[in-house]
Amino acid sequence: MNKHLRWGWIVLSAAFFASYWSLDTLSALAAGKSPEAAVRGTVAQAAGTATVSGKVTLAGSAPAPQKIQMAADPVCLQQHKEPVFAQGLVVNGGAIQHALVYVKEGLQGSFPAPVQPVVLNQTGCMYEPHVFGIQAGQPLEIRNSDATLHNINCQAKSNKKFNIAQPTKGMKSTKMFDQPEMAIPFKCNVHPWMASYGSVFSHPFFAVTDAQGAYSLKGLPAGTYTIEVWQEKLGTQNQSVTVADGETKDLSFTLKGN
Amino acid sequence: MLLPESASSIAPKVDLLFWVIFWITAFFFFIVQAGLIFFVLKYRAKKGRAASYIHGNTLLEIVWTVIPALILLGLTISSQRLWVEIRSPHRAPATSLNVEILAEQFAWNVRYAGPDGVFDTQDDVSALNQLHLPVGIPVTLRIRSKDVIHSFFVPEFRIKQDAVPGLPTQVWVEATRRGEYEIRCAELCGLGHYRMKGFVTTQSMGDFQNWLVEAKANE
Amino acid sequence: MSKAAHHPGFIRKYIFSTDHKVIGIQFLISSLVFMVLGGLLAMLMRWQLGWPGSPLTFMEKIAPEGMSGGIMVPEYYNMLFTMHGSIMIFFGIIPLLVGAFGNYLIPLKIGAPDMAFPKLNMLSFWMFLPSAVIVLLGFWAEGGAAATGWTAYPPLSALTQTAGIGQTFWVAGVILLGFSSIFGSVNYVATILNMRAQGMTFHRLPISIWALFTTAVLTLLATPVLASAMVLLLLDRTLGTSFFLPAGLVVSGEALSHAGGQPILWQHLFWFYSHPAVYIMILPAMGFVSDILPTFARKPIFGYHAIAYASVGIGAVGFMVWAHHMFQSGMNPALGTTFMISTMAVAVPTGVKVFSWMGTLWRGAIRITTPMLHALGFVAMFVIGGLTGIFLGSTPVDMYMHDTYFVVGHLHYVLFGGSLFGAFAGITFWYPKMFGRQLNDRLGQLHFWLTFLFFNAVMFPMFVLGLGGMPRRIYDYTQYSGLVHFAGLNRMMSIAAFCLMGSQLIFVLNFFWSMFRGKKAGENPWESTTLEWGTPSPPPHGNFTSPQTVYCGPYEYSVPGMKRDWRMQTEKK
Repeated sequence: MNKHLRWGWIVLSAAFFASYWSLDTLSALAAGKSPEAAVRGTVAQAAGTATVSGKVTLAGSAPAPQKIQMAADPVCLQQHKEPVFAQGLVVNGGAIQHALVYVKEGLQGSFPAPVQPVVLNQTGCMYEPHVFGIQAGQPLEIRNSDATLHNINCQAKSNKKFNIAQPTKGMKSTKMFDQPEMAIPFKCNVHPWMASYGSVFSHPFFAVTDAQGAYSLKGLPAGTYTIEVWQEKLGTQNQSVTVADGETKDLSFTLKGN
Repeated sequence: MLLPESASSIAPKVDLLFWVIFWITAFFFFIVQAGLIFFVLKYRAKKGRAASYIHGNTLLEIVWTVIPALILLGLTISSQRLWVEIRSPHRAPATSLNVEILAEQFAWNVRYAGPDGVFDTQDDVSALNQLHLPVGIPVTLRIRSKDVIHSFFVPEFRIKQDAVPGLPTQVWVEATRRGEYEIRCAELCGLGHYRMKGFVTTQSMGDFQNWLVEAKANE
Repeated sequence: MSKAAHHPGFIRKYIFSTDHKVIGIQFLISSLVFMVLGGLLAMLMRWQLGWPGSPLTFMEKIAPEGMSGGIMVPEYYNMLFTMHGSIMIFFGIIPLLVGAFGNYLIPLKIGAPDMAFPKLNMLSFWMFLPSAVIVLLGFWAEGGAAATGWTAYPPLSALTQTAGIGQTFWVAGVILLGFSSIFGSVNYVATILNMRAQGMTFHRLPISIWALFTTAVLTLLATPVLASAMVLLLLDRTLGTSFFLPAGLVVSGEALSHAGGQPILWQHLFWFYSHPAVYIMILPAMGFVSDILPTFARKPIFGYHAIAYASVGIGAVGFMVWAHHMFQSGMNPALGTTFMISTMAVAVPTGVKVFSWMGTLWRGAIRITTPMLHALGFVAMFVIGGLTGIFLGSTPVDMYMHDTYFVVGHLHYVLFGGSLFGAFAGITFWYPKMFGRQLNDRLGQLHFWLTFLFFNAVMFPMFVLGLGGMPRRIYDYTQYSGLVHFAGLNRMMSIAAFCLMGSQLIFVLNFFWSMFRGKKAGENPWESTTLEWGTPSPPPHGNFTSPQTVYCGPYEYSVPGMKRDWRMQTEKK
């Protein structure tokens, strides 16, 4: 066999395997999407002084809450004296808790991401907070405050997915998202009821309703905005509002039950 | 001792077979190790003594081929007897209590058919990581998986069955004493494999029925 | 045969050589390096098992994600045991026993100047090394190297949601390695069949050649099945096929669209190769021991024909036992019965060999040297591995023991206690022939005893752990209340493991120091009978200065009426 044939074989075999490798790498890269800079305008926006606030309420009756089977893990069970309920739709006297309210349209310019992390805590075998907003480029610190294994399975679509285990109490991991994305599910597979939904924005104007269903978006520049509310089970609803500097406007939402 | 307590009807039979194999293998272990040590010491090279020019001994070779073969044949037959008892669907004791165990990363979903004895009806009772069984009654465990291969393993019952997605399997068990045991996942299933722990509680029939009602309320 | 390039440059002589001796040494050094790597991974595993959750601070720089703060995370542990097993099997023991010794010994022991296809031989090595690199590249991939066990069962290994790019590297590397093995084995079979010297009938072949021949046939028949399975797995991972993926999969809440595949199909294909693979890993070691025991007992092997045919028999029956790895897999229990029968059957020829080796020692004139110690250690330790296999061959007992540490103990007794001690026996025995220098025998014996002691200290308790119900591949066994009492035992095993690894330094030092400063070895330092001992150490290119003629069997020691207590195979009566 002459040397050309010999080298030909070697190069051919290498090319054959390299092509499979690159196929998978390329498809993975495509799925994961290499980090792009967050959408930024050319001008950083100065802080505004307007406020939009209100309440999110439910029209109709709330469904019976689902009990969580904490007995699945004794470490979880012993942290709760009272039964714990799923947080898919939490209604207190008509007010919806854990709804996310945010500016959908109308902002101009860029808003640098804060350095201060948003903390997602695994405590009592629940994710706290159940719903949160975070800015693109802002760190998310995930803490395990329980003496049991939790994994954080992040099923992002526009951002990079991850699934990491935190076996011991006190462990922390920090992650960051580059792309705006709505309602990224965070799950724990060891405790299947655990869920949190994080939404990534390119601006800081988002808020989660409290136990009274109230929210407040502060520091808005003067302008006309589309404000949207998102609830895990009931979907979205939006309204338009115009604010001037220093003004406070009330904007409430009523979501229909299924 | 070496093995955990036995808590199912087949556990003592498995243990007996284990000990039979143990003593047979221990015997051969000793004769080989003792033989090696003895030969090496006794037949050390010594001036004036040459090694024997022997190529073999046909009779001896036949003996040490046939005797192990017979022993192994015996072990095969007794193993097969027990295997049929544990695994053959035709030989499993008739039972009306069926439990479905659906494994997923990383928890055991347990489901009872409820009073109507039929799955996928309103009276099904579901629990997470909690398997309760009445003592003295054979139960059929239907093992399934949602995502990857897991394996349902309760050491004190001496039973293990892989949970394979797309391939429902089953194993029967009859608990023989009251107690609390752990389910361990025995097939690598991801990062939570080491912690895929479930709890088995074996109790009297009365307590078991009470628990079913309680579990239904807790759903 | 080979047109000797009379003055080859450094590259042609030592890097891209077609000389089987150089290729054998290339396999030897490479596989030893990979085994050190595999051993280091095991040390990390033993750290976690001995002190679960304790930080190992220097690892934070090396593995910032897997050991952040020095504390190991479960997915890193899964990667460690996967790569430990894969490296030790694919890039350690198989290339060492089959690639290194097969290449080095076969032409020499049969009286040939080189292999039948020297260029194919070179290709075999140069596919092996890149295949290892590809698999190891996984360590730098996102998510780390493969972490689904060396057995890579789908769906875990087939879904990109549950196994990252590192798994793809692993699959690709193993496919490439498979071809390397096949090319090598074609060479061995052709060489042994066609290039034996005059008078070297099959019944005058050293047992090591019988063993390597059987091993080569096993490789040829089994490896293509593994390669096929790997290709199917690669397609499932990269092109969305469903060979191993059934309908109805729901992973982390997401319903997948695969349909029509069977996870158990992988297990059948994988084990159809991997069971013969364990015979590929043990038969050569048995062969070396069969050459070494007669040499140092100064006595013919006891039952030459029985051992030779038992080797072939083990190889043949070894093709019929694969599903004993699958007794609890959900396959039809009746299949369990048939595979139990064949599994119990394969113990018979194995037992015959053990008794024959003992018969070789009986009434011998035993010289205790380093190779002899390793050969004796092999017999003693392999027996434990083989006997514990009987428990696993009994289907009801296997129901309890499957996927527990009992299996981990069993496999380490056959692969380390057996194959590795056999490899050490081979290395220390043929080192003078390979390098023209003697290893320091004192250091060699010290290395043996330390390895023997610490090996048993690590591995024997594994049977106890398994009987106690400790599953394998478990990052933190303390999660189970029934296993917490094993903490002390696990700690002791880990300390013994560190000592075991440390003891290998003695071997490494001896190996390299002796290469340059060891006592020069003559042609036949052990006074042995086979053909390689009738040529200089190291042999020249072409091995023999004149064609060899064989007149007798390979183990003619202490022949009555002879002045010397050995007769070379090439010695006329």
